[in-house]
Amino acid sequence: MSRPFDRRTLLRGSFAGAAVTVALPVLDGFLTANGTALAATGKPLPQVFGTWFQALSFTPGRWLPDQVGSNYESKAELKPLDRFKSRMNLFSGMKYFHDSRPMEDHRSGWVIGSSGGLPAGSVAPPSIDDVIAGHIAKGTRFRSVEVSLSGTRQSISRRANSPTYNPSEPSPAALYSRIFGPEFKDPNASAFTPDAMAMARKSVLSVVAEDRKAFTARLGAADRARMDEYFTSVRQIENQLEIELQKPAPLEACSKPGRFDETQLGNTTELVEPNTKLFGQLLAHALSCDQTRVVNVHLGIHSAIRKTGGALAWHSLTHEEPTDEKLGYQPQVVWFINWANANFASFLQILENTKEGPGNLLDRMALLWITDHGDARIHSVDNVPIITVGNAGGRLKSGYHLSAPGDPSTRVGLTLQQAFGIPVNSWGLLSNTTTKTFTEIMA
Amino acid sequence: MHRGLALIAFATSVLAAPAFAASAQKITPEEAAVRRLTGEQYRNVIRDVFGPTIEFGGHFEPGLKVGGLAAAGASSIGVTPAVMEQYDAIARVIAEQVVNEAYRDQMIPCKPGDVKAADDACARQFLSGVGRLLYRRPLKPASLNAHVAAAHVGAEATRDFYKGLGLSLAAMLSSPQFLFRDAELETDPDAKGGWRLDPYAKGSQLSFFLWDAGPDLQLLAAAEKGDLSSQKGLERQVDRMMASPRLEAGVRAFFTDNLGFDEFADLTKDAVLFPKFSAQAARDAREQTLKTIVQLLVKEKGDYRDIFTTRKTFLTPELGAIYRVPLVDGRPTGTPDGWAPYEFAGNDKRAGILTHMSFTALHSPAGRGSPTIRGKALREVILCQKVPPPPGNVPFNIIQDTGNPLFKTARDRLTAHRANPVCAGCHKITDPMGLALENFDGAGEYRTTENGKQIDTSGELDGIAFKDAEGLGRAVHDNPATASCLVSRLASYALGRLPGAGEQAWVTALQASFAENGYRVPDLMREIAVSDAYYRRALPRPSPAVAGNAPLQQEAK
Repeated sequence: MSRPFDRRTLLRGSFAGAAVTVALPVLDGFLTANGTALAATGKPLPQVFGTWFQALSFTPGRWLPDQVGSNYESKAELKPLDRFKSRMNLFSGMKYFHDSRPMEDHRSGWVIGSSGGLPAGSVAPPSIDDVIAGHIAKGTRFRSVEVSLSGTRQSISRRANSPTYNPSEPSPAALYSRIFGPEFKDPNASAFTPDAMAMARKSVLSVVAEDRKAFTARLGAADRARMDEYFTSVRQIENQLEIELQKPAPLEACSKPGRFDETQLGNTTELVEPNTKLFGQLLAHALSCDQTRVVNVHLGIHSAIRKTGGALAWHSLTHEEPTDEKLGYQPQVVWFINWANANFASFLQILENTKEGPGNLLDRMALLWITDHGDARIHSVDNVPIITVGNAGGRLKSGYHLSAPGDPSTRVGLTLQQAFGIPVNSWGLLSNTTTKTFTEIMA
Repeated sequence: MHRGLALIAFATSVLAAPAFAASAQKITPEEAAVRRLTGEQYRNVIRDVFGPTIEFGGHFEPGLKVGGLAAAGASSIGVTPAVMEQYDAIARVIAEQVVNEAYRDQMIPCKPGDVKAADDACARQFLSGVGRLLYRRPLKPASLNAHVAAAHVGAEATRDFYKGLGLSLAAMLSSPQFLFRDAELETDPDAKGGWRLDPYAKGSQLSFFLWDAGPDLQLLAAAEKGDLSSQKGLERQVDRMMASPRLEAGVRAFFTDNLGFDEFADLTKDAVLFPKFSAQAARDAREQTLKTIVQLLVKEKGDYRDIFTTRKTFLTPELGAIYRVPLVDGRPTGTPDGWAPYEFAGNDKRAGILTHMSFTALHSPAGRGSPTIRGKALREVILCQKVPPPPGNVPFNIIQDTGNPLFKTARDRLTAHRANPVCAGCHKITDPMGLALENFDGAGEYRTTENGKQIDTSGELDGIAFKDAEGLGRAVHDNPATASCLVSRLASYALGRLPGAGEQAWVTALQASFAENGYRVPDLMREIAVSDAYYRRALPRPSPAVAGNAPLQQEAK
């Protein structure tokens, strides 16, 4: 049942009519005079942040618009995202500087793209989602939630100086139990009874806390840093118990999604598509219910994404597929790019369908789309595309194509940090350091 | 490119160094570091303490690989919040089973006065016994008191003695004392001003190395009595443990890590292109190689290098179909799981573990084979030589824009690719050995043609030419880097990190004696286990400056 390759039919693909509506209640009585959605506490709903990592970039010449500013015309590969053009900013011309470090295959690009620089010695910068989580995620059950769409545990999210990345959850069903299992407290439930077991767990943790600290007494500095990470992680558990034991403030837009059954996981396009939609729904519910304020979505490092029956995965194709002389590009690679962008659009559609007051989740969200290359075919790190989606609670304008030739990619990350209210004027390491933001889009 | 070749030259020159006796070496030990248990070690400890049927109800995050080994990342890895959540959930699932009405009478040596209330005496009895096994040393009084108090408050809050006890046990299972193997030190009487692991830390290091499990009661008793502090006492315990059937688990754990078999978890093949490949075949393939290794190295006490040439292996019907060997019905399986010993004929190209699916299929992408990836795996996994990553900004047009690209075989395609001198440097060190395995497709199935053209499997490894996979196996067998690589990997595995510069003399001495003693892996394990150097440590520096060599990135899969 190998599908013969036909670009036109595949382009139409299976996305037609794929928009999934998440049924969330819209209560009009819940608006302020100027139409801003409020939590029942009277405070504006919090800003939320996300990343979307999609390896292997776009095809040079097939995405970079001819115009800058707000009236640009999308080129072919960005057409699948046209529906969200007014909510997007497209950045071009910037690069990842690897300074004198060797290019580590496809890794240098995404490490710089997510963390603003390459680690040096034992000092590794945190990824941008962790920086922003540190500022906005206090008091939520999950400081951040990482998911992978292609069955792996790969992730670009890392805390400062941690030797490992925060692992992604590949299974929607498992994430469902993690967020909406028995420990989830529905903020809109009328009755609230603190769980005796949660109270007991909390007491037990406080009783053994000293004994755990005693273990670190004689450790050296390197081990102590590892123990700091351990204790930070224990604090998240304590925080979760704390939240479980308090009656949550009502959140009108929050509803608990129905059961998620186990799905097949894997890196073929036909498995990634449905899992993307399931994760989209789950994350939308998690954000609406304020279980987390930071989500990281990973399509797959080294993009091993493939089509059933295809001998070469997307990544191998970027290196091995001949450029079609008539078309001027690698047709099978372009198929994957179009597929991935349509898949991204299906995810965005779910966020946009998540109604909150008069608007939707994209109003208070900023989602950062990053990749590893400018031109995957030759492993280049120049002219990398970057996209943001959403308005970060009114702090970010959208609808622009912004070009900054030769600048470090960190300009976008610095702009986002400021949009989230972090008092920083500079971000990045070595040549990736910047003090410039994109003031055009700062509201 | 040149860097790779230089490393190969270096690895070879190390071997030419004169032989030393391992114990006579001057060692500058590394700083003591705690090691996080691997998922398998966690499971083994729990099964030993609470029985083999215990359920874990969750998965463990794969470790951090350093120098190709998850074990060597154990001294660097911490606990991220997501991992802590998993530990917490797994700990509660285990504890609930232990205190469950159905099992509690077997698990808990006493009964509470009132099941609805705290009973400190019974909690103390249970927690001190279990705690000694979980923490691999007797609990300090303050620690035991804290956990008895935890059981007390838990019982009060839930009005249930057993729930309270379960919560205290779960807390123990999420504590750093359980999750991290400690590195408590004592002064080393044999090295003035020096330090070494204390007897309990020594016992832990020994049992996780030899058995991939925590110390048993005998080993704990030996630590308690001070037996492990004398060379004779240490050797007595090592010999006891080497003679145990549990050694097999230790050898399997090492080769599972060393051969990167964790990657089987993510291994998929295209169902259309490779219809014979299945999850069962993948599990069997992993087991086939481990069975082959255990048989040759542990049961027959054979030469390590022979794993690359042996024609003896074990097969299941699933594997028989893929290897295309006639495993007829009614074969003498003798085992309930369908495994049967099998020996490939003398003229067969299928000899040695490099021709196993666990190598050819594991080191191939989902839709095809790859001589480059296999060659890189051979260099990195078997010979400990680093192949540099492809450089940036390399135009691939040389193969992409060729006018008539009728490249039928991988050799044709790679030959064209190597026409680019920038690419040739690295591909020269990977492709000539990878091409020798081209009789095995992306799922490890035997074939003689590709796209209708006869496959040429000739190749070369460090100047030794061969004509097929069998010849490659012999070249690997004879390559000096093969044995020295195994020794440095085993030393890293045992230490839980890469050996430091001051420990290199020890590794060199181990390499020499490995060769002298006929490349017997159990002998090498014993030599490591009884060496002073294995237990010596520097006192950790308390200064806030973080030590310099912590690896910062997950190794790419």
